[in-house]
Formats: sequence, C-alpha cells, structure tokens
Amino acid sequence: MAVTSARSKLRAMVTEPPRRYSAMPKRLRALTVSATLTLFALMLLGVFLAPLAYMTSTALKDSTQISDTHQPLLPESPREVAIGGEQVPVMQVPIDGHVRELALVEKGRTESVLADPAHPEQRITWKGSWRTLKPAYEFKPQWGNFSTVWTAMDIPVLLRNTIAIGALGAVGSVISSTLVAYGLSRFRVPFAPFILASLVASIILPRFLTVVPTYAVWQHLGFVGTWVPLIAPHFFANAYNVFLLRQFFLSIPRELDDAAAIDGAGTLKTLWYIIIPQARPAIFTVAVLHFLFAWNDFFEPLIYLTGKPDLMPFSVGLFQFLGLYSVQIPLLQAGALLGMVLPILLFLFGQRIFLRGLDLSGSGK
Amino acid sequence: MLDVLQSGNLAGAAAPAGGDGRKSERRNGLLFVSPWLLGLLLFYIGPMIATLVMSFTDYHYVSESGAGTRFVGLDNWSRLFNDPMVAHSAFVTLKFALLFVPLSVLLPLALAYLMTARGLWARGFFRAAFFLPAIVPGVSALFVWQGFLNGDDGWLNRMLGVIGISGPNWLGDTTWVLPGYALIATWGVGNTMLIFTSALNGVPRELYEAATIDGAGPWYLFRHVTLPMISPMTFYNLVLTLVALGQYFVVPFVLTKGTGDPGGSGMFYTMYFYRETFRFYDAGYGSALAWMMFAAIMAATGLLFWSQRFWVHYAYEVKS
Repeated sequence: MAVTSARSKLRAMVTEPPRRYSAMPKRLRALTVSATLTLFALMLLGVFLAPLAYMTSTALKDSTQISDTHQPLLPESPREVAIGGEQVPVMQVPIDGHVRELALVEKGRTESVLADPAHPEQRITWKGSWRTLKPAYEFKPQWGNFSTVWTAMDIPVLLRNTIAIGALGAVGSVISSTLVAYGLSRFRVPFAPFILASLVASIILPRFLTVVPTYAVWQHLGFVGTWVPLIAPHFFANAYNVFLLRQFFLSIPRELDDAAAIDGAGTLKTLWYIIIPQARPAIFTVAVLHFLFAWNDFFEPLIYLTGKPDLMPFSVGLFQFLGLYSVQIPLLQAGALLGMVLPILLFLFGQRIFLRGLDLSGSGK
Repeated sequence: MLDVLQSGNLAGAAAPAGGDGRKSERRNGLLFVSPWLLGLLLFYIGPMIATLVMSFTDYHYVSESGAGTRFVGLDNWSRLFNDPMVAHSAFVTLKFALLFVPLSVLLPLALAYLMTARGLWARGFFRAAFFLPAIVPGVSALFVWQGFLNGDDGWLNRMLGVIGISGPNWLGDTTWVLPGYALIATWGVGNTMLIFTSALNGVPRELYEAATIDGAGPWYLFRHVTLPMISPMTFYNLVLTLVALGQYFVVPFVLTKGTGDPGGSGMFYTMYFYRETFRFYDAGYGSALAWMMFAAIMAATGLLFWSQRFWVHYAYEVKS
C-alpha cells in the first residue's frame, strides 16, 4: 500500500521535460549504443561458449593425429594424394617467397622430389630437409567417431536408463509437489510456518549429511544396485518444486475455486479441474527441471550403481568411459557431445515456458 | 521462495485468505502436505539423527547387516580433529570459496546488467544463450573443459597466446588448479543470472528517474539505487552459492578420478568424505565428517542471515 502511494508521488514529481533536439543525431547515438552493446555481448558470448566450439571441433578430429603438434583448430587431417599409384603426403613448401602445396614424392635430407597434385607427371626438385616442411591439411571431419563412441559406450543402454530414471522421478516429483503445493496455497495447514521453514532448510542441508545412513538403509533393504534409491525419494516432494508451484497456485484467483465449490466440486476435483489446467506451464517446468536434474545427477548413481553398467545413466557411463579411453580425446569429446544433445534440445524447445517458470520461482512474487 | 526466506514473513506467507479454519480444512491440508512431511522424516530428519548416532560407532558398510558394530564414544571425533587431511581439505575448500563465492555472484550480476541494458538487441537470444551452459550436464561439461584447459593445445591457452600470454597447465598445476575450477564454475551461473535479471527488471523506473533529476551519475545510480533494491536477491543468491559450495564435489572428483591431484591441491573436503565413506567404507568416520561439514555450513549460513540487517533492504519490496 505504502509503496503504491510513494510510487504515485514519485510519478507526480517526475514530469517528462519537453525535449526537442534534432531527431537524427539522437537516433544515431541510440543506434551506436545498441550496436556497441550488442557487439560486446556477442564477443563475450563467443568466449563464454568457446569450449562448446572446442568440443565440436575435437569430436570430429582424427584420433590418431591428436598428438600432432601442428594440429589445426578445425577437424583437419594431413592431405594425401595418389601419385604413381602410391599415397604420398602433401606438404607446405616455400618456393620463391611463397608457399605452395606440393606432394612429397621422394623424401631426402638435402633435397626432395616434389610434384604438383594438379600436374602429377611433372617433378620439382626442392633443396632442404623434408623434415622442416609442414604438412598441408584438408578439412576432413571424422563422423565415424560418433558411431565408434555409440558402440563403445553402449549409448542405447545409457539413453534408456537415463530417460527411464528421469521420467519415473519426474512423475513422482510432479504428483507429490503438486499435492503439497496445493495444500500449502489453499488450506490452513497446521504448523504452516514450520513446514515452509523445513522446506527452506532442506535446500540448505548438504546431502552428504543424510547419505551415509540412507545408503545403509537401502543396502539393508537390498536396493543398492537398483534404480529404487534414485527414484523413490522423488515421490516425497522437493522444496524447489513446491515453491515454484505454490507461487503459481497463489496467483490463480480463488474465485475460481469458490465457483467450483458452489458447483459441488470437492478439493480433489478443484485441484484437477481448476488448478492443474491453469498451472500447466509451471507443472511442465517442474517435469523438465527434474528431467534435467536426473540427467545431470552424478553422485547418487555413482554410489548406488557402481558395478552395474547395464543400469547406469549417462553421467556415470561417461565417467567410466573416461577411465577406459582417456587418451582418445576426440572420442571423449564425441561422447560428451552426445551426452548433452538431448538436454539442450529439451531446453531449446521448451525454452519459453521454461525460462518463464524459472523466473517465477526466482522472483518470489 | 524469497518471501519465506525473509524471516519476518513466515507467519503471513502461509495463511491463505478465505478459509475459516474448520477442522476438515485443516485435515485436508495436512493430507495434501503429507508427502512432504513423510519425506522430511524419512529423508532428512531421520537420516540426520542417524548420521549423528553413527558418528559414535565404528559402522562399516561391508559388515553384514551391521553386525559387530560397536559404540566407540568420541573416537571418530578425536580422529577428525587430529586428521591432517581434514585440515588440509577444509583449507582447499576455503581457498576455493574465496574465488567461487565472489565469482558466482558478481559474474551473473554483470551478465544480468548487460541483459537488461537499454538498447541491447536480441535480448531473448542472449538470455537463452548465456543460460545454455547451465543446462549442459556436468560430466559432459567437464570433459569439454578438461580439453579446453589443456596446457599444451587447449583452446584457452591458444586464445591467451594470441594476446601474448603463455597460459599455465591449468588442471595439472598446483597453483592454477583452483582458478581452473573457478573458470569451469562460470558455466554454472545461468540460474543466478536469471534471478538477477528479473530483480533488475523489478526496480521501479521512477527511482532512477528521480535520482537522475537530482544529478546522480551511472555509478551512483548503481551503488545507491540498484544495489539496495536488488539486495534481497543478492542475499538469496549468496545463500544458494553457499549451498553449492557445501555440495561441491563432481568437478574435482571427475577431473581427478577422485585423487585430488595434483599433489592433493584439489582434495576438497567433500572428496575426502567420499573417499573415507565409500572407498574405505568407514561410515562411522564419514558420519563425523559429514556432521562437521554441516556445522560449518550452518555457521556460515547463520552468519549470512545475521548480516542481512546491515545490507539487505526489504523496505521497497512490493507485496503481491
């Protein structure tokens, strides 16, 4: 209340002074500011996302050439041509002040025989050690890296596991968080302040504090080495989701509930026919958030699924792969790339709804 | 969630209008909230107490159904206080906090400032693009950064080479490994950036206009209008950063395969906890380690909540 009156006072104080400059320079200045800002943001983004470019390029590189010290940024391989029925390398040869790309037909320490790939029958003699020559590169992405990784990492199994764990947990998270948020936004729940405080506290609580006995209990119940410890806890609501949904439910006018109640709808019917249809974006956000969480989660699959490669999700599978293939950097990058395709696609498609839902949870209004 | 974090607001936040407090309404409410109450008991309060109890035992995971487990009094605790690795790993975590905490708040604030700058084109695109790395799954991102920060042919050192700086072997150098982890942490700022963006958008324009008429420059506006107005969000983000620091594990664990190399300079407290608990199966000692960490985090969070009175301004908060 006080704020609105302060605002209107301010608005009364601040009257736009009539400005009459010549239109063109002002517009030009605004344009320059916009262009500079946008250019700056683009450059910053370029640096920020450079690791993604590195990954994409490296994923397409030839595994055998990764130790090559002349290695270019792009996925290029040393060029070779067939001369006289034999594959020979193409080198960058400095002749008469400029560099030509010539095939190295005969290697020599003091002079080598070269040929122009365009005119393979002519021979050129070049003085100097061939070892000083740099190889010529050609753009040659190794798409085969992906199929190698696909089988080496057994990606179909990892995908199946990640999607199943994520989807089952998302179902649990959506159902339980919706119920709790509905209770907290529409009913006089006893000890409501305590319950809200406990939700906040659960966020601050480090999970390492609870994992030791939880693991012991799952072990006694015989569920270590199964998906149960990764899915069951999500059927008991989670603070982030409850707050997100609660904020959304609070913004739905109560008149709608009342109208439904007059029509004889019970609490569950009101939730199902009034609240949930209105809150679809928020519920969608919760499902996506959970799915991304499951895709990302590393610690719990690590401790619960060690030694169960057929049940592992992507994160742990990728980690195991690192142990086996740590020298084959292009394959590692190809695996990393495959591991982020689905989450990124999900984000790009659901982006509008998703960012809106996050905004809601963050602003707390 | 913020309204709940502001302690003064707890009572009001929960009472929806309209209800007359009938018994059936209270019962229904409890019924709807019961999944959380059950979860709170099963996955938070119960395990917390169990961890405390276990910290006084010599429980090992391998011992079948806990047979032979004895109470050992304060043995785990005295071991903890005399364990040089505890001090070392806590020190590593603290050193990293000095980089991680400012970075996790200032970088997203700067990005949000840019995102809300008047005149920026393609705002939606930039917002999504700067958020994008927050979506990239952790282990994938780590593979990428490991190559990107490689000392010999990593792109970062190549980029630095262009401007004449010869970069260190980030992740393999005892001095540079923590700054290297901090660089990796820049990819985690997406959420915080979004929260700051909506906070900056929420500052009433009239305040800026009034201050400008009084002759305030851009820095003055930022320091005396923007910062106080968004301080609740800054506080909220600081709390979340502290939480993230307490859970910081995956990055050093994956990059060093749990060793904390080079030379233990990446041995975080959480990694030491993992090693003792899940490698050596010493759940009793692990419980003591976990409670020690919890105490430290509670102390830091408590300090942060207490500090609110000096720098967090709720006066202008518009209540819906």
